[in-house]
Amino acid sequence: MKSSISRSARVSPAVLLWALSISFAPDFAQADSILAPAGPIAAGNRIILLDALVIMLAIVVPTMIATLAFAWWYRDSNTRAVYRPGFTYSGKLELLVWSIPTLVIFFLGGVIWIGSHKLDPFLPLPSKMKPLEIDVISFDWKWLFIYPDQRIASVNRLVIPVGRPLHFRITSASVFNAFFVPRLGSMIYAMNGMVTQLNLQADRPGTYLGLSTMFSGDGFPDMKFDSVAVSATQFARWTAGVKGAPLDLGAVSRLLRQSRGVVPYTYRGVDTALFDAIAARKLPPGEGPATGRSRPGGPNVMPRGGR
Amino acid sequence: MSTADSTLPISDPYRLGYRGPNLARGHGGGGPATKRVIVGYGFWLFLLSDIVVFSCLFAAYAVLADATAGGPRARDIFDLDRVAIETACLLASSFFCGLATIAVAQRNQILTQAALAITGLLGLAFLLLEASEFANLYAHGDGPTRSAFLSGFFTLVGCHGLHVTVGLLWLGTMMAQFLAKGFRPDIGRRFLCFSMFWHFLDIIWVAIFSLVYLVGTRL
Amino acid sequence: MLGRLGWDAIPLDQPIPLIAGAVVMLILLGIVAWVIARGLAPYFWNEWITSVDHKHIGIMYVLLGLVMLFRGFIDAIMMRSQQALAFHAQGYLPPEHYDQIFSAHGTLMILFGAMPLVIGIMNFVVPLQLGARDVAFPTLNSVSFWLTATGALLVNISLVIGEFSRVGWLPYPPLSELRYSPGVGVDYYLWAVQISGIGTLLTGINFVTTILKIRAPGMTYLRMPMFCWTALASCLLIIAAFPVLTATLAMLTLDRYLGFHFFTNEAGGNAMMFVNLIWAWGHPEVYILVLPAFGVYSEVISTFSGKPLFGYRSMVMATLFICIVSFCVWLHHFFTMGAGGDVNAVFGIASGIIAVGTGVKMYNWLFTMYGGRIRFTTPMLWSLGFMTTFITGGLTGVLLAVPPVDFMVHNSLFLVAHFHHVIVGGVVFAVMAAMAYWWPKAFGFRLHEGWGRAAFWFALAGFYVTFVPMYVLGILGMTRRLQQYDVADWHPWVLVSGVGIVILIGGVICQVAQLAVSIAHRNELRDLTGDPWDGRTLEWATSSPPPVFNFAVLPQVKDAEYYWEVKRHAREAARLGREPDYEAIEMPRNSPTGFVCAFFATFVGFALIWHIWWLMILGLIGAYATFVVFAWRDVPEYIIPADEVAPIDRANREARQEALAGAATT
Repeated sequence: MKSSISRSARVSPAVLLWALSISFAPDFAQADSILAPAGPIAAGNRIILLDALVIMLAIVVPTMIATLAFAWWYRDSNTRAVYRPGFTYSGKLELLVWSIPTLVIFFLGGVIWIGSHKLDPFLPLPSKMKPLEIDVISFDWKWLFIYPDQRIASVNRLVIPVGRPLHFRITSASVFNAFFVPRLGSMIYAMNGMVTQLNLQADRPGTYLGLSTMFSGDGFPDMKFDSVAVSATQFARWTAGVKGAPLDLGAVSRLLRQSRGVVPYTYRGVDTALFDAIAARKLPPGEGPATGRSRPGGPNVMPRGGR
Repeated sequence: MSTADSTLPISDPYRLGYRGPNLARGHGGGGPATKRVIVGYGFWLFLLSDIVVFSCLFAAYAVLADATAGGPRARDIFDLDRVAIETACLLASSFFCGLATIAVAQRNQILTQAALAITGLLGLAFLLLEASEFANLYAHGDGPTRSAFLSGFFTLVGCHGLHVTVGLLWLGTMMAQFLAKGFRPDIGRRFLCFSMFWHFLDIIWVAIFSLVYLVGTRL
Repeated sequence: MLGRLGWDAIPLDQPIPLIAGAVVMLILLGIVAWVIARGLAPYFWNEWITSVDHKHIGIMYVLLGLVMLFRGFIDAIMMRSQQALAFHAQGYLPPEHYDQIFSAHGTLMILFGAMPLVIGIMNFVVPLQLGARDVAFPTLNSVSFWLTATGALLVNISLVIGEFSRVGWLPYPPLSELRYSPGVGVDYYLWAVQISGIGTLLTGINFVTTILKIRAPGMTYLRMPMFCWTALASCLLIIAAFPVLTATLAMLTLDRYLGFHFFTNEAGGNAMMFVNLIWAWGHPEVYILVLPAFGVYSEVISTFSGKPLFGYRSMVMATLFICIVSFCVWLHHFFTMGAGGDVNAVFGIASGIIAVGTGVKMYNWLFTMYGGRIRFTTPMLWSLGFMTTFITGGLTGVLLAVPPVDFMVHNSLFLVAHFHHVIVGGVVFAVMAAMAYWWPKAFGFRLHEGWGRAAFWFALAGFYVTFVPMYVLGILGMTRRLQQYDVADWHPWVLVSGVGIVILIGGVICQVAQLAVSIAHRNELRDLTGDPWDGRTLEWATSSPPPVFNFAVLPQVKDAEYYWEVKRHAREAARLGREPDYEAIEMPRNSPTGFVCAFFATFVGFALIWHIWWLMILGLIGAYATFVVFAWRDVPEYIIPADEVAPIDRANREARQEALAGAATT
């Protein structure tokens, strides 16, 4: 049977990805890419990603080449290839094929151990400055950012100072979400009844994409926010100039109702006990869908998430 | 259980005393096993899978043990006296199931029916006691919807009770089959499975009794 | 009277599900009408619906899997096209519809597409390879199949009555709890998966018993074909893991139906516990799928290289190693839950360790090819496609196993690309290879090679063009399950991915064409001897298709690759060995138990979904009665006398003798 493999038709997708990423590198610098870090955590994660990729490519590329080479050389029509039907065991080869992946995994294991500890989201950043405290609550379908020390809060827009460590405490008023700003660093889940923590820092000013990476229902595409990093003086000016209604129980109960397409706005005057009350489940959780297809007075068998 | 086999010629290549052509030499070359072995083995695998189900329920119970949401804790609701009687009923019913196994091996219809009937009655007693415990709790507003701890408790113990209920249905069917069809080999294999199931429920109960009731009231 | 069911459950205002439902119903009615008109109903009832023959059950499983794979693929087309259109726009699928589609896509593909396909292939092949007549519990096998079909039926009914789950293929609480998903969708999912999960568990028990207790005489453990080892490992995983799924979904069901508080947001519920439990099942599940796939590749690569499998014992060790370690890695699905450096690191290292086992297998296949005489048939092409595709999926998997990396790409399209890489490259390619490889054995004629190759190349190209852009998108921060987005950098890559799926459509068309053309030309493609590929394992010793009893006389296996040895001797002597002494054969009787049980199970499931309690009780009584009726039968087996067995076997021996003589003279 004629061989029908063309070696050039098989390009390792990893190589393809690498080539594409290099050729689009300028775009990546402007895009909200995890390869274009704007903070130390994202930078640390990026280095580990690239290191691990190179280590794995060192095994994968030769193996793929060998696969294609063996398939091509030992094709049925190749009379020059030696037929070795008895070659079914080799102690040396066994040692090699068990030990090389094992050694690589040992090495990667070291990277994993060190990286998981150094870049643990709960670990405070080494810095002389006192971290800025931000309490994050995810609702359906908007983000609430409370600045407890400044007694202000912002919905769907996170303003942060450059060069100062940020300490986030994160919870959810309803369902699982995940807080993520790709250019600043790691994501972490927002869960009802739990408080997770995240330590980040922005090293240069800019507007960065922020989003939730855990599907939370029909309004999930709305769980995005701008993360605006500004200089320290601009940040101070912003916190001083924030206007809005106070964030109290009434405001929270309105937030607990499902809503979509919420335009960013702010609160001035924040009850700082609210975050802990929500996290400790002292307040009722977010409401579910209020509308849907059902008989009048009947059960809501096909709900529609908040309009 | 193996006593039932002793009256038959040894056709299983894995057993001592086998004289056939396919003597197994420990590497699995003995060919297909006997029907009794196959059926028993398969059912044993099913019991192992059931143990995994109970393990998950135990794990959930352990995780939720402190999530009492202002409601009662373990030591507030467990009545060790009633649990002791339940345990005695269930263990005794296993004993009578063992007697039934001997009766089946001896093909004694009357003893079989009697032993199985007592097994069933003791199992029923266990169920009624458990149902009364549940009903009591529910009546006091401490039903499974009260807290996560109670959800875990009702589900774990209730799942065991559900298994006992299904076991009693099975028991009734077995009694009917023995009466209607006698001591045929296929019914004997089915009974082997039933008795494994019944003893397995015992084992699960011992775990529940220890880890839920004893640990819950002592610690 | 009818619980929550009402006329409003039918989506009269949504054209897409209505039209889809109408088309499907017309096709089904058409098939039923054709069967009845041609007088084929008794044939289908006796030979297929009530069959307990593992070969027929396997074929039905594969048919079910292919249909569901197709439906899942349609969902994929809708997802790609919606995302291509929904840049700064609504697209054509509102969120409540789009969310159902991606949930259905995942559920169907994994649980009702890949699982039945893999189980179907195991069903057909394992008893033949073991030199057995059937599985350990044939009627239970039929029950397993029909319960799986019930689950698939329920998922499809949700298209036209009510709606499907909108929370993804794994129903994470609190989103899946009653408060945030009060509708019927999650209930459809729960009962479909629970019912078919029972079927799968029974299959696991059936096959472990078969593989360990019903091998042919002389077939020691280390003489079993590699596919049987991987089937064993996969079924051990089924027995250990599926009960976890049952228990976890049961807890969620109790929350939704009876107001329990396992995972709710009030009264102490713990949603994190769900995540842990479901992935304690979920990770072994993917190994349940991929281990038999590895077995298929072992068979195919060995056969088409003309060599025994390299490093058989180390393959066995690697398989069992993967089997065990797959239970130790579940946390890598939620590194971002915040378990801390120690826990994350331990599970990350364990996930890397499991790659060692897979790597060993990859090298053993490589060295099987080394020194071989490779024929590039369709199954071999799929295997080579796997070897290059899966390894990159494994690469990205190891990357994801590093928690700091996962912190950046968890739940992004990078993750989506990774798992499609390994599931499509690993499992789907194996299914296509297995179909092409064992089709002649099942139906007596080969598949058309040209269309098969076309399907392969389209699939390979389409796969890369669809999923490589997703790695880029993940790097650019795009998360999964977005019904719409407004990040300009993402749009071009989403479009490329959409082009990829068009190429995949081409692959599907070629595959369908291959089946149609092969069936039309089946006489030219006949497999006369039962061994069209010069195979090495026992299934090729039977005719194509094998008789109901598989082997006229159970083979007395004397070494590994016994069939190859027998063939070698026959070729040297230019004639077959001596005719065996035929004896009467006992075979299990067909039984409607499986079909009837599933019939009642469908009503029980539907009743539970719509809260129609009286129907549920009736269904449960019916199911129990079915079992009692089955238990009451007096004659479970029937005898095929020796003088019926002999001519069947002699006909195959004649065909082989002719082929042997023909080969000797050329």
